[in-house]
Amino acid sequence: MTLGYNTLVVLAGCALLGLAAGTVGAFALLRGRALVADAVGHAALPGVVLAALIVATLGHDPRDLPPLLAGAAIAGIAGVLSVQALARTRRIREDAAIAIVLSAFYAAGVALLSYVQTLPDAAQAGLTKFILGQAAAMRAEDAFWAAAVAMLALLLCLLLFQRLRAACFDPDFARVLGLRTARTDLALLGLIVTVTVAGLQAVGLVLIVALLVLPAATARLLTFRLPRLLLLSAMVGAVCGAAGAAASAIDPDLPTGAAVVLVGAACFTLALLFSPDRGLVAEALRSANRRLAMAQDHFLRAAWEAQEAAGAGPGTAGDRWTPIAAIAAARGWGEGRAWRLARWLALRDLVALSERQVHLTPRGAAAARRAVRAHRAVEHHLLALGAADTAGADRLADLVEHGLTPEVATRLLPEPSALPASPHALGGRP
Amino acid sequence: MTTAPPLEIRSLTVAYGDHPVLWDVTWVAPEGLTAIVGPNGAGKSTLIKAALGLIPALSGSAAFFGRPLDEVRNRVGYLPQRASVDWDFPATALDVVCMARYPRMAWWGRVPRAEREAARAALAEVGLEEFAERQIGRLSGGQQQRVFLARALAQDSDLYLMDEPFAAVDAATEQAIVAVLRRLTEAGRSVVAVHHDLSTVPDYFSNVLLLNGRAVAAGTVQQAFTPETIAAAYGGRLNLLEGASVAAGARA
Repeated sequence: MTLGYNTLVVLAGCALLGLAAGTVGAFALLRGRALVADAVGHAALPGVVLAALIVATLGHDPRDLPPLLAGAAIAGIAGVLSVQALARTRRIREDAAIAIVLSAFYAAGVALLSYVQTLPDAAQAGLTKFILGQAAAMRAEDAFWAAAVAMLALLLCLLLFQRLRAACFDPDFARVLGLRTARTDLALLGLIVTVTVAGLQAVGLVLIVALLVLPAATARLLTFRLPRLLLLSAMVGAVCGAAGAAASAIDPDLPTGAAVVLVGAACFTLALLFSPDRGLVAEALRSANRRLAMAQDHFLRAAWEAQEAAGAGPGTAGDRWTPIAAIAAARGWGEGRAWRLARWLALRDLVALSERQVHLTPRGAAAARRAVRAHRAVEHHLLALGAADTAGADRLADLVEHGLTPEVATRLLPEPSALPASPHALGGRP
Repeated sequence: MTTAPPLEIRSLTVAYGDHPVLWDVTWVAPEGLTAIVGPNGAGKSTLIKAALGLIPALSGSAAFFGRPLDEVRNRVGYLPQRASVDWDFPATALDVVCMARYPRMAWWGRVPRAEREAARAALAEVGLEEFAERQIGRLSGGQQQRVFLARALAQDSDLYLMDEPFAAVDAATEQAIVAVLRRLTEAGRSVVAVHHDLSTVPDYFSNVLLLNGRAVAAGTVQQAFTPETIAAAYGGRLNLLEGASVAAGARA
């Protein structure tokens, strides 16, 4: 592979295309129009083939991009209009209408293509590339065309930013304001068609929808501010486009569309897993932390209450050692789990470990007292409200006591600073 | 100032498919606070949406301050049902309130500072100034409802049509909304609100429209909100207990 002028132009063109697709795709996703791009892409095929056929019949070069794109746009718009007309009959829903139109137009395109290929003319040259995309086959002038169209869409998208945002979030309210949301929707549809058509040759009509959806979906996981979302989406789109073109230049047999989508899907998966805020890993960590904090509170409280049960009395934790087995029994835990928790708490200097027994350190006793107080505050509050019986109050308090600040606990307690007695007998639970 | 009523509805008929929801409703909303009450499916929201041109009417018309809506849009505010939008949308509370000011801005470029400040003031009026930069999905239901109220306030209208402003909100939010509605009427604005809690109608509103497909009764709460008209609007669907609380509320 050589990084010739042509390759560089194609690379830049695909990056710009991705930039525009990412931006337009963000609004398409927010307006619930993601599948429209799929319909446009598939519906474009018969338009491309017919345009090539007409151009060749007229004696011009059938590989010239502008007529092909015009054909694609006309057929794509016809496809979208058919979807809307079908949905308006109220006989089928929009998703089914999209599926029907998309496949019918695509089938018509495939049939036309097979017919064109039987002609002696070279009209079919390069047409199959439109299906899966092949950036490596693009000429510099094709890349210029695609990039110019994409930039136009990007510019329009930024100009219409406020209108698109209003129409995407709450179209009814926008209409009451007097904004013409029907026109805004039409503009968005035009933008989707434009970007889709511009990307046909590079990405291919089967997978072009991914270039609109994946960057936007990735960005949504990373931010909740629309300007930042647009920027991120555009950047991911550019990376996808450039990576697809590069892969195609390295291995011309690899369909560009596949490379674009694989890069996009990788970005999305990474964001889904590792987004600091909405990522699955971060969420799993947060919930594991919460569970550990809960278990820790429960262990410390059991240790404290074991002292109370042994006669040390509330607030005066004696110097006794408590068998871990007793704590496990009080919580209904297996001994292994109680052991692991005891070791963890010993590491944090909240308990001292000896043989099979634990003892609260001063820090541990303070933490345990807070936990006990929070638990009983909730219990007494629920009982005073008559919201639960003793056992129910105990169970509910186990769930909600964590994260209760001492101030809130004080407000729930009838007598402010005291550590009240447990409303139920301490020790093992049934 | 004109003497035309804030909202006048003439012979409005609306149908979903073959099923008529509103039958030839004629009603004049007076100035002040007005509740639209009626059983589920009575067409309360439909009345508001049809008046605003959001759903097509089979026949009839709505006039705002004596004129068609298109001529007086800047005088009419709207608070839709909270469930009508996706609260996961990437926007802050301030972003949402700013949308009310879009007709006053150029449609490109950033939100001008003056409009942003107006939106902030509206948020402050509903007690949400410190939540301006919070993503709307991270607000509680009551706070979301107040964001919608702030957005309506930012429209700075003379008449507000509100679709269930008290739906599923906490007691604090309900009181905050009531206070805002009273301030609005004291400033000479009018509010027409779809309401579902019969027991608070006499406390919160001065006028009422009882609706059940047709306009059953309309007028001041003293005249029109009687056990007889309520029974007529709700038919057999109002149980005895609810009737008792209404009668008690009306006497108070």
